[in-house]
Amino acid sequence: MNARALNGLGLALVAVVGIVVLVLTPRLFDLDLVLNITVYMIMAVLALSLALVWGFGGILCFGQSAFFGLGAYTYAIAMINVGESTAPLILAVLVPAAFAALLGYFMFYGRISDVYLGVITLTVTLILFNSINSTAGPEFHIGSAKLGGFNGIPGIPSLNVPFVKDWQIDLEGMFYLSTASLLLTYFGLRALLASGFGRTIVGIRENEQRAQLLGYDPRAYKLATFTIGAALAGYGGCLFANWGSFVSPTIFGLAQSAQIIIWVIVGGRGTLIGPILGCVGIQWLTAALGANAPSGDAGWQALLGNVPLILGAILIAFVLLVPKGLVPTIGGLDSLFMRARAGAPR
Amino acid sequence: MTVPLIETRGLGMRFGGVQAVRDVNFSLAERELRCLIGPNGAGKSTFFKMLTGQLKPTSGAVLVRGEDVTCAEPHEIARRGVGIKTQVPSVFDGLTVRENLWLAATRRHRGAQARVVVEAMLERVGLSAIASRIVGQLAHGQRQWVELGVVLSTDPDLVLLDEPAAGMTDQEVLRTVELVRDINKTKALIVVEHDMQFIRMIASKVTVFNQGAVLMEDDVEAIMHSPVVRDVYLGKKAAA
Repeated sequence: MNARALNGLGLALVAVVGIVVLVLTPRLFDLDLVLNITVYMIMAVLALSLALVWGFGGILCFGQSAFFGLGAYTYAIAMINVGESTAPLILAVLVPAAFAALLGYFMFYGRISDVYLGVITLTVTLILFNSINSTAGPEFHIGSAKLGGFNGIPGIPSLNVPFVKDWQIDLEGMFYLSTASLLLTYFGLRALLASGFGRTIVGIRENEQRAQLLGYDPRAYKLATFTIGAALAGYGGCLFANWGSFVSPTIFGLAQSAQIIIWVIVGGRGTLIGPILGCVGIQWLTAALGANAPSGDAGWQALLGNVPLILGAILIAFVLLVPKGLVPTIGGLDSLFMRARAGAPR
Repeated sequence: MTVPLIETRGLGMRFGGVQAVRDVNFSLAERELRCLIGPNGAGKSTFFKMLTGQLKPTSGAVLVRGEDVTCAEPHEIARRGVGIKTQVPSVFDGLTVRENLWLAATRRHRGAQARVVVEAMLERVGLSAIASRIVGQLAHGQRQWVELGVVLSTDPDLVLLDEPAAGMTDQEVLRTVELVRDINKTKALIVVEHDMQFIRMIASKVTVFNQGAVLMEDDVEAIMHSPVVRDVYLGKKAAA
């Protein structure tokens, strides 16, 4: 089977699995589980945003949670002020994208090297965390939305059908919206990466100097990739604010930032399906370990309930044992098997 | 008077206390073929990097068709029709041979036309049989051909070749000579090469670099018989 046929098969498989999950989940499982799966889908959109920026664009962004948080806060503040979700939803995408475009302009056109990109994006996230954290007083408000400091903003009104204020999306509707958003993001990114733009950003990741000597401006391409990634993360943040009707500064925290990187590392850089699987798998694993710790044994409970410890152990294990991540490694085993079966030289 | 395709005026490059290139006045006409020779450290590669915008000169100017590009970015100079094949093959290692050429071709051509250019170039540089291979897995010589194909796929007016025959077998060197002659039918070339046999085969005007400056500029036979050039670079038996 050639690469094109395999690619088509993979796409069809994702589409079928996605539609099955979309249709059957609310019918088969209780609302608690559906709510959990909803947040997995939202986080997977966030994972895809970093998959694009880092996995394909080669930009190590340690602050993807900054754009996620900006999207969530923008939606919350705009929604409380406006009361109808069409404009807040658009703003939740545009504000992080504009922020990323501004930050990215100074980073890419200022010729900041890869390592410093990671440091700067992480620092920006932590600055946002500390800034929002220090807004507990009543004087910190935007319109009628109080920022609330560490306590965050509770009671965020739900999304409604565009321009129909009274037709709000309920919890089951959020599941459908989040899952459909994930599928659209996945297929949208597949289309983007198959386009001339997508192939060029991969070329720039492979060899920036060569791309430049061919006449491409890597700074412009990186800026565009970074901005698209931020817009996606912002959209994810908007969905997240809806899911819990709540947003707090922990969304900008170090743990959140690190977690997104771990999803991509575990699933595999340079793939789209990998980060989705990494995100869903790790979230499920950490939740299941915490919930299934043996009752009465305080030591086990403390150990299995310690999410940063578990994430750290997973990260170290993958970096040492499966450095390419799950999907590329499994894909490599598959092609090895196919070569062996065909008797072709390696 | 015709405007040169590329020209440098008093070009110089200083790295700290080292003057790598000094006061180079160089001119190349449309479709001219020029070879650059000189000992290691003579400033040839630095000169190439200044022509392509990878290094900004500390003095002097670079002009492409009369327009000053001294401070231009590499991609801007490339868009003016200057392509370079570097000494160590600079290619997209994680992509296939065809994808490498496509990325180059798509800079000038769109859609089906780009695909036509790619297939023609694969044929021209003899890479059709390995078009689907990942470039990072190829041998050094094959990677050299990939890079040549990549550079030519952008359809530049000036091709800079930095040691194109390095690491190639005798047969591949002969193929490279043929390709250089073929390229020169429509494009100008500057070729940096140490292999005097290769330079004799492409038979062109030669510029000799020494200690960052132009030592001599003449046709290949005159250069081969110059006592000064033999003394600093070729050695006593070179002209024999």
